[in-house]
Amino acid sequence: MSAPGRTNLRGSVGYSQNSTPNGGAAPPCQNGPLQTYPPMYPPTGYYGAPPHHQGYPGVSAPGKAPVTNSANYYQSNQQHHVAPSSYSAGPPPQPYATVPSSAPPPPPPHAQYSQQPFQQPPYAPPGSYYAQQPYQVSPAQLHQQPGLVAAPASGPGAPIYPSAPGSGHYGTTRTTTAPEATQMGAPLHHYSAAPPPPTAALHPGYEAAAQMTVNGKGCAAGVQNSSHQHYDQSHPAPRSYNSYSGGGADRPASGTLSASAHSSPGRHQGTPFGFAADSGASSASAAASGPAGALTSSSSDDDDEDEDEEAGGDSSSSSTGSASPVPNNYDSLEGGSYPDSMPPSNDMTNQAQPYSNYGYQGMPPAYQQGPAQPTDAPPSQNLYGPSGYQPYSQPFPSLSQLSAALGGLSGVPELEVEALRPVNLLQERNLLPPRPLEAPEPDISSDLKKVNCSPQTFRCTLTSMPQTQALLNKARLPLGLLLHPFRDLQQLPVITSNTIVRCRSCRTYINPFVTFLDQRRWKCNLCYRVNDVPDEFMYNPVTRSYGEPHKRPEVQNSTVEFIASSDYMLRPPQPAVYLFVLDVSHNAVEAGYLKRFCDSLLENLDKIPGDTRTRVGFLTFDSTVHFYNLTEGLSQPQMLVVSDIDDVFIPSHDSLMVNLKESRELVKELLTSLPAMFSQSRETHSALGPALQAAFKLMSPTGGRVSVFQTQLPTLGAGKLQSREDPNQRSSAKGVQHLGPATDFYKKLALDCSGQQIGVDLFLLSSQYADLASLACIAKYSAGSVFYYPSFHHVHNPAQMEKFRRDLERYLTRKIGFEAVMRIRCTKGLSIHTFHGNFFVRSTDLLSLANVNPDSAFAVQMSIDDSLADSSLACFQAALLYTSSKGKRRIRVHTLCLPVVSQLSDVFAGADVQAITCLLANMAIDRSISCSLSDARDAVVNAAVDFASAYRSSVSNLQQSGLVVPAVMRLFPLYVLALLKQKALRTGTSTRLDERVFAMCEFKTQPLPQLMRMLHPDLYRLDNMSDQGALHLNDAVVPQPRLLHLSAETLSRDGAFLMDCGSVFYLWIGKGCGETFIRDVLGCPSYASVPSNMSHIPELQTPLSERVRAFLDWLQDNRAFSSTFHVVKDDSSAKAAFLQHLVEDRTESASSYHDFLQHVHQQMSK
Amino acid sequence: MAFTFAAFCYMLALLLTAALIFFAIWHIIAFDELKTDYKNPIDQCNTLNPLVLPEYLIHFFFCVMFLCAAEWLTLFLNLPLLAYHVWRYTSRPVMSCPGLYDPTTIMNADILAYCQKEGWCKLAFYLLSFFYYLYGMIYVLVSS
Repeated sequence: MSAPGRTNLRGSVGYSQNSTPNGGAAPPCQNGPLQTYPPMYPPTGYYGAPPHHQGYPGVSAPGKAPVTNSANYYQSNQQHHVAPSSYSAGPPPQPYATVPSSAPPPPPPHAQYSQQPFQQPPYAPPGSYYAQQPYQVSPAQLHQQPGLVAAPASGPGAPIYPSAPGSGHYGTTRTTTAPEATQMGAPLHHYSAAPPPPTAALHPGYEAAAQMTVNGKGCAAGVQNSSHQHYDQSHPAPRSYNSYSGGGADRPASGTLSASAHSSPGRHQGTPFGFAADSGASSASAAASGPAGALTSSSSDDDDEDEDEEAGGDSSSSSTGSASPVPNNYDSLEGGSYPDSMPPSNDMTNQAQPYSNYGYQGMPPAYQQGPAQPTDAPPSQNLYGPSGYQPYSQPFPSLSQLSAALGGLSGVPELEVEALRPVNLLQERNLLPPRPLEAPEPDISSDLKKVNCSPQTFRCTLTSMPQTQALLNKARLPLGLLLHPFRDLQQLPVITSNTIVRCRSCRTYINPFVTFLDQRRWKCNLCYRVNDVPDEFMYNPVTRSYGEPHKRPEVQNSTVEFIASSDYMLRPPQPAVYLFVLDVSHNAVEAGYLKRFCDSLLENLDKIPGDTRTRVGFLTFDSTVHFYNLTEGLSQPQMLVVSDIDDVFIPSHDSLMVNLKESRELVKELLTSLPAMFSQSRETHSALGPALQAAFKLMSPTGGRVSVFQTQLPTLGAGKLQSREDPNQRSSAKGVQHLGPATDFYKKLALDCSGQQIGVDLFLLSSQYADLASLACIAKYSAGSVFYYPSFHHVHNPAQMEKFRRDLERYLTRKIGFEAVMRIRCTKGLSIHTFHGNFFVRSTDLLSLANVNPDSAFAVQMSIDDSLADSSLACFQAALLYTSSKGKRRIRVHTLCLPVVSQLSDVFAGADVQAITCLLANMAIDRSISCSLSDARDAVVNAAVDFASAYRSSVSNLQQSGLVVPAVMRLFPLYVLALLKQKALRTGTSTRLDERVFAMCEFKTQPLPQLMRMLHPDLYRLDNMSDQGALHLNDAVVPQPRLLHLSAETLSRDGAFLMDCGSVFYLWIGKGCGETFIRDVLGCPSYASVPSNMSHIPELQTPLSERVRAFLDWLQDNRAFSSTFHVVKDDSSAKAAFLQHLVEDRTESASSYHDFLQHVHQQMSK
Repeated sequence: MAFTFAAFCYMLALLLTAALIFFAIWHIIAFDELKTDYKNPIDQCNTLNPLVLPEYLIHFFFCVMFLCAAEWLTLFLNLPLLAYHVWRYTSRPVMSCPGLYDPTTIMNADILAYCQKEGWCKLAFYLLSFFYYLYGMIYVLVSS
């Protein structure tokens, strides 16, 4: 491809994007989740005050407006300023235009922003400026040329920030002030040879935008060490790409074509491809040339490794990109980044959890051991291999997509019969499967099954969708979805494409379950509208052939990620901004968390997700609020104290949130000195409210993440709370008061935060009551997370300390998405009833998530409005639009497809007992807050009773009497009982209010597997593990002991039992446990010598120890937060903690499983 | 025929009920907008919340007027709504400002449906009572 051709193509692409952007023609409110922002906070401007709009000339403007006329340019800008793209802020022109780049801009930024554009006519006519001038300034502008190509790095979105004339201006400044930089860059770019004039002539407007992009980049890279205002630093393009670029020197040579590898994995035509890489390259070269650039490129490697799935794509681009002259395509992504990857179609189904080295290859034997119950059916992982899979997959003929539902309607006798086999719970006692339950598979054709969304990401309570609400009511089961949308994935197809193909009426993203009517048209599977296939989509980058739209990765994978264009932005993607709000009152010093926190942060400072724009800030509070000035150049951090907590203000606007790269030394110094600074503090009050207000003010220009560490009840200023807990009522069976918030201060603040894209995470490390019910609101509605460490003390409670350390490590280094929204679309006829989780619901199907983290899950209750009779498949699509920590706007799309059934028995056969239990738990939590705890408990019991009655009445020929449920649901009453015995819902057992509330928070946000382990822990016997059915992974043998009932009956005095409660493991050692086990595994000579607070297993070289450790590691593998480990001796005080999880046993206040079944049975016959 | 206090009460109630009808219509429209995505819940709650207490007070006010005018039947007919208002306001979510609607829960389908239904029921009640007051006014004027 010749350079001019390339540029032309791009130019035209850019044009088409600008003039008819993807979905641009559609009414704004339909155009992607983002488009709904504007009505959201009109008065304040969702992303800042109106002055910003003026100051940040729109992206779309250059494309749309006559580029030669500065006046027009700004007018159009003004007109469009509500449109999302107009937010695409370039940095304010002025400082760089008039002042040398290193000069810090004067403080009041808004004023500048608003006035600037109008005051700078010389730079205003971007088109003309660049169309004429650039190519006369030969070396410098030659350097710019490739960058120009690079501009649309994020697809159509590219013209974004850079298009601001101001940023364009930077470049000029830079090229003139630092010519050596550009000269350095120039030779690296082969494509600088591209004859510029034709390009410019053809597409002046686009050129302008693109050109400016580059300039903006170069400049920003060059000047980033100067202290910018917020928006300078948030200037997304330059830094984000810098971070990808590795060493600037070796990559730029790749030029356009190879660059495609980088941006994308080859999933799009050659044309748009190269952008990301190109821009990376060019910005890198620019960056490397300047002093700041050197900094950038040196650190970018770390950045690359940070982001799990990005790393794959990116590293592949860096290795293959520069070498390959061919557009890197999907294959090469697969091959390059995932050494042992499988065919593209697999990568959806195989998503294993992040740290899994093992995969599931060894699973089938274990499965085959078990009875062939459908609930044990392996999930759709192909890795299971055909052997384990066949029994289930055989019955399904390979049906075409259109007739997919036939499979569901006609039913598969064997499967269904087994699922529906009546089980009399009162007689059959041994119901547990040998291995933890897997998600049932939807009964759809095997083609569709192969591409269906992983149950770990997306799960429905009923894998066979009832046709009507009446049928659903008959089944008496809750209908809903359990979602874990931002889960860490090992394989994720990332697609960069100019046009993200979506349904024109319902805006659904194209997915594997759409129907291609012919080569040029596809039918939406959610609204059934027939859409055209865009030309670009006809090209298939996987096979590099034309005319195979159905082979595109979007259509082959039900989980994909798109790099979004500027249509999906309201402002330039924000940088990663982290603010830490630390309690330093006397109580906090006593608890001693500060040292641990500072150490953890110091250790992980380099692993915090972000790029060169990443900013951090610190804020401490006791009865006053302290800010820390960390501006680069200071010899040591400056502490600024604001004691007016009634009207807290920000003492200094631009020096409190500092660039992590530039001020790293100061940050380190602060973290080192912080613990000592307050060690003598005698201040017992806590002004959390004012500190949060200050944090809000500090963060509102950019958004980001606020991490709050609190150790006591807030006692001063706004948001102060009183103790509401009556310790005497802790074990009251009557009802629990104060589960709701005491004040709406935190909720309102959270909503404000959410509006400014600030997510607040709360760490509560309190030994006393701290009213978590009120405090948690700050995290709940700003899409944050809550961590609670009851009776935390650095000396007295080492277990909590260890947990805190591990959680912090995960917390600081996990992926994060900013300014996110998630929309859930579903097939016509279905509608969303209620959402559960941490977020703010902005409209019927849209969640506003200021931050999104990979550990939080969501639940959605659905209802069926209209009959689904005319469709055979029901689909759900969750689209999560977020800004990655690298400043890229991305859309992660998950699509789930389920068959629609008309028979009640089919509905029962497809019930997913775990998902139902989790949804029920969420509903019960809501109920206990809105009504009362006893109401919620009754409702949960009634759910079990209703279901059993519904089943009995549906099966007319039932011979058995007793409590009969279908085999798929045989664990339902057990799970319901377990739910009633959870901290969140139990009564009669002494439970602290905060712990109860925290358990409720956990239920709302934990992903399903974690929740199930909390609810019904897995119990294994370890001392007599055999190798039968063991997994052989790498060189380790992982035994697979049988799952045991959670009852004291299964424990024996001569055994050692492992209980896996999700976040904690208990190893229970019986009094008569074999000496060999104790010696070989615990390294102690005898039972008596086992220490009572043992919290790890020593690494002994005995076979048994290796087995046990391999098994433990295997269990831990898929968890986000590593679990703590406790050895519990039969006679130790910790025994109670272990025994409370034996949910089948009777306790003082709760009935045993058998009694519970009797109770349900009685209720049924009433 | 004489212009009694009772007649005055009915006339006043007539006018105020007309106002309440507008309140009810406003509510219905507002919740419909919420349901169809046109409005952001925070804005919607901010516009609706200040209207809740005035509505309740207006209704309370003419109930008191009827009490003073010894119009027992009319008062009796209004008491259920009065009681409902008291119950509704005492069971509102924790809020620092006046009003009933909480932007974080309003999008819950149950609550939204409840609010919509409430709006329609109130509209019907106010319409009926409008005509009842008209009749009452004429009756009082004629009979006395």
